[in-house]
Amino acid sequence: MAHAQSGHGSNYLNHSHGLKSWLTTLDHKRIGLMYFVTIMVMFLVGGVFALLVRWELFSPGLQYFSSPDKYNQAFTYHGAIMVFMVVIPLIPAAIGNCVLPMQLGAKDVAFPRWNLVSFYVYIFGATLAAATLFVNKVDTGWTFYAPYSIRTGTSATMVLLGAFIMGFSSILTGLNFIVTVHKLRAPGLTWDRLPLFIWAVYATSIIQVLATPVLAITLMLLVLERTIGIGIFDPKLGGDPVLFQHFFWFYSHPAVYIMVLPAMGVISDVIPAFSRKPVFGYKAIAAATFGIALVAFIVWGHHMFVSGQSEFANFVFSFLTMLVAVPTGVKVFSWIATMYKGSLRMNTPMLYAFGFLFVFTIGGLTGVFLAVVSTDVHLTATYFVVAHFHYVMVGGTLLAFLAGLHYWFPKFSGKMYSEGPAKLAAWLIMIGFNVTFFPQFILGVLGMPRRYADYLPQFTELNRVSTAGSWFLGVGFVIVLVNIINAVRNGKPAGANPWGSLTLEWMAPSPPPHENFLETPVVTEGPYEYRGEKALMGSNA
Amino acid sequence: MANSTGSVSHLDRHHAHHFESAVAEFEACKQGMWIFLVTEVLFFAGMFMAYAVLRVFYPDMMKAAHQLLDWKKGALNTVILITSSLTMALAVSASQRGEKEKIVRNLWLTFLCAGGFMVVKYFEYSHKIHEHILPGALYNYEHLTMAKVPLFLSVYFVMTGIHGLHVLIGMGIILWLIRRASRNEFGPNYFTPVEITGLYWHFVDLVWIYLFPLLYLVS
Amino acid sequence: MTKLLLCLMLIGLNARAATVPVAATDLAHRWDAIYWFLVYLSLVFFVGIVGAMVWFAFRYSKERNKKPKYIHGHTGLEIIWTVIPTILLFVCFGWGWAVYQDMIHGPSDAMEVRVIGKQWSWQFIYKNGTSVSNDLYVPVNKPVKLIMSSEDVLHAFFIPNFRVKSDVVPGMYTSVWFEAKVPGIHQVFCTEYCGTVHSGMLGRVVVLSEEQWKDWLAGKKIDVDSLPADPTFPGYRANRLGEGMPEAQAAAGKGGQVSLADKGKALTAAKACTACHSSDGSKLVGPSYKGIYGTDVKVVENGQTKTVKIDDNYLRESIENPLAKVVEGYPPSMPAFKGQLSEEEIASIIEYIKSLK
Repeated sequence: MAHAQSGHGSNYLNHSHGLKSWLTTLDHKRIGLMYFVTIMVMFLVGGVFALLVRWELFSPGLQYFSSPDKYNQAFTYHGAIMVFMVVIPLIPAAIGNCVLPMQLGAKDVAFPRWNLVSFYVYIFGATLAAATLFVNKVDTGWTFYAPYSIRTGTSATMVLLGAFIMGFSSILTGLNFIVTVHKLRAPGLTWDRLPLFIWAVYATSIIQVLATPVLAITLMLLVLERTIGIGIFDPKLGGDPVLFQHFFWFYSHPAVYIMVLPAMGVISDVIPAFSRKPVFGYKAIAAATFGIALVAFIVWGHHMFVSGQSEFANFVFSFLTMLVAVPTGVKVFSWIATMYKGSLRMNTPMLYAFGFLFVFTIGGLTGVFLAVVSTDVHLTATYFVVAHFHYVMVGGTLLAFLAGLHYWFPKFSGKMYSEGPAKLAAWLIMIGFNVTFFPQFILGVLGMPRRYADYLPQFTELNRVSTAGSWFLGVGFVIVLVNIINAVRNGKPAGANPWGSLTLEWMAPSPPPHENFLETPVVTEGPYEYRGEKALMGSNA
Repeated sequence: MANSTGSVSHLDRHHAHHFESAVAEFEACKQGMWIFLVTEVLFFAGMFMAYAVLRVFYPDMMKAAHQLLDWKKGALNTVILITSSLTMALAVSASQRGEKEKIVRNLWLTFLCAGGFMVVKYFEYSHKIHEHILPGALYNYEHLTMAKVPLFLSVYFVMTGIHGLHVLIGMGIILWLIRRASRNEFGPNYFTPVEITGLYWHFVDLVWIYLFPLLYLVS
Repeated sequence: MTKLLLCLMLIGLNARAATVPVAATDLAHRWDAIYWFLVYLSLVFFVGIVGAMVWFAFRYSKERNKKPKYIHGHTGLEIIWTVIPTILLFVCFGWGWAVYQDMIHGPSDAMEVRVIGKQWSWQFIYKNGTSVSNDLYVPVNKPVKLIMSSEDVLHAFFIPNFRVKSDVVPGMYTSVWFEAKVPGIHQVFCTEYCGTVHSGMLGRVVVLSEEQWKDWLAGKKIDVDSLPADPTFPGYRANRLGEGMPEAQAAAGKGGQVSLADKGKALTAAKACTACHSSDGSKLVGPSYKGIYGTDVKVVENGQTKTVKIDDNYLRESIENPLAKVVEGYPPSMPAFKGQLSEEEIASIIEYIKSLK
């Protein structure tokens, strides 16, 4: 084992040199890395907008922004960047691209050229949307509700086109992953031996492939509405603005599962590895993943309980939404049960997994308040919703991403990061996150609406606490990035398998060679068979 | 159709390094195209939903508005497209046997049918433009001023327009196939591009077969 | 011991009450009941999950538990934690649905008021023709039904103290109902993003006693500021915003005497002039109104700079065709209001600006 791991040999990073070799690469690992860097840049931009929004909300009145329009633009870009350019592609494109083929024992994804195309499509769409930052910023909110999105004179059309284009990147990634999982599994890797991360990304890919085209047609129809006035969403032309909401949420609800399912997949891999025992209820977690993916498509109307849609629609959507809580709960209980009588190593990935469980539980439970129609009537469109979705998206997806980042970083860089700063950052992020967003639940119940540039003075104290929290959050993220960059330059060699994990990617050297494995692996058992000697190995740091 | 699970020697050719065999690569490409077509179904489904909403809530308007369409041209286009699907299928089976002249001829026939389809469409559209029978805010046809008729036109133009775009893209791909076929690139060892373009083309035809009665023959 | 527990409970309940708005209707109380049930249920699950997690982190750390136990699952346990949450969720759904039914189906004899939402104010029109901006006058202890639509984009009408909310949609009517039990002012917010002054589109439900309601119907002006403030925030008059934001002021109903200047002031809020023009001298997107009437100002006309006197004609032109003369140092951003304001409305704005010495 020891000799296969050093970074001295040829690996995917030094396999070829020069910018062109990167820009024209077909290697899934390089593409994943390029996605990672680009998405982190987008995350910083979106994060800056978040800090500006919170800065403005430190006191009532307008202090930082010279007009409410500018504030409205800030939250629009924060939302649009974070949703379309960061959280949706984050785990599938940045982590999945690197990890999925290797966990399957494959040499690459099924269609490496389409993989590269998906990256450039993402860049093109993101650039088009981001260019509007310099030309008449958009102020519709990331949800583009009609008729305001039809009337606004800002460069909404360009942002819509940018998002439309980015959708194809998502579709191509999903398509690629599905065929890869079907066709490129190593010998012996049957469906019941797949790592749960694969199950998660696979289910996500199915959602991406089915839901994103509906977003595409929705955005396209809105562009046509703005440019030639086709009328189907415009009440002035006889159209129905609520129809837009149906179209929009038909994609955007499954989209949140595109965001959270891969995150759950990361947690499903990390917890067994750092508990040194198999995951509890493998079949149930895999089935729950698919259950969630399916139900995701039939609950979109719970975003529209007060939109004026019928009582019958409200009944159906609320009823079905309650269903999705069950498989989610099954997963959380299973993860906790995995820790029971384990031998827990609290390295950074596991620390983030704990953080995920804490935060995602709150996010999930508050979802129930919104799924019940009567409580939703009061809470919808207030800060309660803002808190809820940040708890599941930031707390959920982002914390799980950070768990995955620290878990797989040694594999793909060949180096180990400093544990001290990593753990400090994790605590800062956890504390900062909760201080930022928990007060927002209370603000919401008290009635503070969302998307408010200004607010009544009685909401000041809670807003101030929230803003203060955002600073800790920001500092925490900066420490993560600095620590990772430092590890890339100065980290100690990590070895092939610093965590003693059993999934296939750890059987290759760190960093892996261009072709991933020196020999095609053969699989003879499940991915979490931590028993006997294997259970006693693992990180002892 | 191709005997995809046949012996390896049948498709014994150089394949991409990450596939274990050329058969595996062929299978993966076909699966990829099928999944892509599923995304196209969802894409068109959005437009069909818009149509359904109008149909359910404004049936009288739909009945009046569809008379603005020329069903004869629509029917002609249906026949043209079905014919093109036939010639496409012939091109695919010819490529499985490596019969170069037959491949090229049938691809050209498919291309010409597609072109014919677009020509008929051109006449349909230009007549409407001339009469101001246009979508939404652009509508200005004095002989039918019922409320929401312009919305029907919007659905008509968006659906047939996007479908037409898919036909055009298909024409481009067929030209590229003709080029490759004339260079003898397709045979029993390798006919993947023709096969998956065939799938795409049949899908485009199928969409029209749904579009035509729903838009032109509503009653 | 019991005394201590009772004290803690009282403190807890008071703290608890600070986190929800006052319940000013019977339905609001019923809403609170299910809300608190969900809170306590969530707490139980949260404590269970996080408690177990934290306990395991200590009890089964690698130092304390060197040999992990090889467990794959436990069917019985998995069934329990699937079935019990399902049952609980449907209990929540059922209870919630029952409350919702009563939230949307009000008594058939409710007093109807029409609500028109527009960028960026509320207009309330009563059956007798009275039209009021931003203040909804209603009698206490009587059911009221609001029939709402928008003139332009989506808005939403939200009364936190009543737990009432609905989108206000252009081209379609939506409705809500309530029976207010607490007299005085209750805050109204717009809760569907609608553009620039979304956060300034405030309103008030002014709940009047039987006496006051009779007076109001008869055309007497009610001094709203003397009524009890919004009980959720007793220290504040719940309808003001901070600097830089337009104030949503009330205009009186039919029969009250409102000066032209006051009408103008309300209009500058309703038409969002105050988004760009302050009344206190501070520079925003546009020049302040304060003290400008009768003074000279440098403007740019057709690329040339010249000095003009600010009089009625200048102000009228600035409202109807603002880009004709742009005050030096300010951007040419003001929209034109030609054709949008009546003579009386233009006059009222001019009077208001005149009054700001």
